[in-house]
Amino acid sequence: MDALDILFTASFWVAAIRIASPLIFATMGELICQRAGVLNLGIEGIMVAGAFAGWFAVYAGADLWTGVAMAAAAGAFFGLVHGTLTVPLGLSQHVVGIGTTLLATSLTYFAYRVLLPGAATPPKIEAFQPFAIPLLSHIPIAGPALFNQTPLTYLAFVLVALVAWVLYRTPLGLALRAVGENPAAVEAQGISVTAMRMGAVIIGSALMAIGGAFLTMSAFDSFFFEMVNGRGWICIALVVFGSWRPGKALIGAILFAAFDAYQIRLQQLTGGTIPYQLFLMMPYVLSIVALVLVSRRASYPAALMVPYQKGER
Amino acid sequence: MRLEPKPAPSLTGTIAYPIGAIAATLVLASLLVLVAGASPFNVFALVAVGAAGSQFAVLETLTRATPLIFTGLAVAVAFRAKLWNIGAEAQLYAGAVVTVALGTGAVQMPSVLLIPLIVASAVAVGALLLLGPALLKMRFGVDEVVTTLLLNFIVLLFVSMLLEGILKDPMGLGWPQSQRIIAEAQLPRLVEGMRLHFGFFIALVASVLVWVVMTHTSLGYEMRAVGHSPQAARFAGIPINRVLAKTALLSGGLAALAGFSEVAGLNGNLTLDLSPGFGYTGIAVAMLALLNPLGVVAAAIFVAGIFVGADAMSRSADVPSYIADVIVATALLTMVTAIMLSRYRIRWR
Repeated sequence: MDALDILFTASFWVAAIRIASPLIFATMGELICQRAGVLNLGIEGIMVAGAFAGWFAVYAGADLWTGVAMAAAAGAFFGLVHGTLTVPLGLSQHVVGIGTTLLATSLTYFAYRVLLPGAATPPKIEAFQPFAIPLLSHIPIAGPALFNQTPLTYLAFVLVALVAWVLYRTPLGLALRAVGENPAAVEAQGISVTAMRMGAVIIGSALMAIGGAFLTMSAFDSFFFEMVNGRGWICIALVVFGSWRPGKALIGAILFAAFDAYQIRLQQLTGGTIPYQLFLMMPYVLSIVALVLVSRRASYPAALMVPYQKGER
Repeated sequence: MRLEPKPAPSLTGTIAYPIGAIAATLVLASLLVLVAGASPFNVFALVAVGAAGSQFAVLETLTRATPLIFTGLAVAVAFRAKLWNIGAEAQLYAGAVVTVALGTGAVQMPSVLLIPLIVASAVAVGALLLLGPALLKMRFGVDEVVTTLLLNFIVLLFVSMLLEGILKDPMGLGWPQSQRIIAEAQLPRLVEGMRLHFGFFIALVASVLVWVVMTHTSLGYEMRAVGHSPQAARFAGIPINRVLAKTALLSGGLAALAGFSEVAGLNGNLTLDLSPGFGYTGIAVAMLALLNPLGVVAAAIFVAGIFVGADAMSRSADVPSYIADVIVATALLTMVTAIMLSRYRIRWR
């Protein structure tokens, strides 16, 4: 098979969309936080917590959608922690974010060890199965990629549309965007900046956690240490790459995932003549390159990382 | 609610809030111990004994503190200038790679020449590894948090590639590990038969030197000025980019020393598990030390004690040793809160 032929196989695009799905959830979560003016570096740890919470709920007997809800709840909890420290207390978003990631990751690993003391190999669950949408899934290449995925992938795409609609078509979205640009003006309208930002961080963190849960409940069927493996940081790069717009961020996530799926196949094609680590490095290198290309003309939300104090200008 | 700066930070507050932070951390840890089905008092006693209950325990704690002093210093100097270096892990591995590249026999010379050569090279490579993200920040406005984080993954994969390629030990039975460094490249042990090595002494010297730089030189003053307010620093005519570049070189070099000292003083060779996250733990160490270089030594020993003690505890009580990471992460968050509360007053309206 030629290196270019890979691009025209259905299995490649199926994999690309699958790899993109957790990134889409987490990127939308981070995008909401940043649009409200809060850089959430807790994303990596929150994804770990979501991956575990959703998986464990199902392992303990809950149904799959309850598992997703549990993951979201775990994410919301860490969002509450991060938000409380960064929004009303105005602590450094960098330091609190790293602290939240460390806390969520270590609490998750601790919980795993306490709840499953004797587990030598991680137990499996009955994960989400692909659901073929009649007719549409028979379209060549695009059919299987877009219309024969698990329900969580469909939800990811619906989420992007929903976030875009809320941001640009509702008063809530207008207020949210304004909070990230000019909080004093929003406060003057009688809207609480603190409440808006807290809400954004809590909901955004819940979405990040669902992104983590996709890994254990849809892509795989059990929980491993290190399984999030930097995906959270990549999502932060994707938010910048997408210029804080849901649609562009979606395209970025799919491009990125396609690249990731492509390097796996290229690796098989070259059969070990090139060190596999070079392939694994590419996603991270690509993220940095994308950041450099985009940052030059990026327009950050003006109040990103600036704590807001009522009555202060 | 709103925050009001306190006119002058009161002495009792400055002491009481950090103690409150540690108390809050202990309360959370106690809850987790209870959840795990053990007695908190018993567990904390086991941690304390494991960390400091014997000569062996104390020396183990100081051994574990050594890389944390270096990474803690690296984070402290960078954060002072608000250069958010989250890549100490990558810089640590860069220092370790240089140490095995030069120390496994490729360069033959007596210790007094070889070790300074390795140190200088390791520092240079670690420094350059942070200068890259710093330049991207200055030239293109790329957030250095994300670039330094992503570099951690890139460098670790690069090290993995080296350990399966040119740095691989042919006698390593297929394991990805480097050859052992030659005797001339090794740092001596400080106590006969124990693991504590000369790297700890270097770490102490480094913290004093960094303290001098931070408090008694114009560079230290400029770093704090840039960190406090870039606008004011620019108005005062401080060359911000040059200060940030120097900060990056200093910070990256210090983190690389952690990798050098772990290889040359302790492990003797390079493996992929050389660092169990010393770069990230360094952030907690620096915050607990309130970014004070001398405080970093105390904070590193405290944090190392928690890890060493928790390891010992989890072997005898049935509580996962991950509790050490929870304690350190919680201490980081409660400590930054305590610092804020000692400087501001919360007014509810």
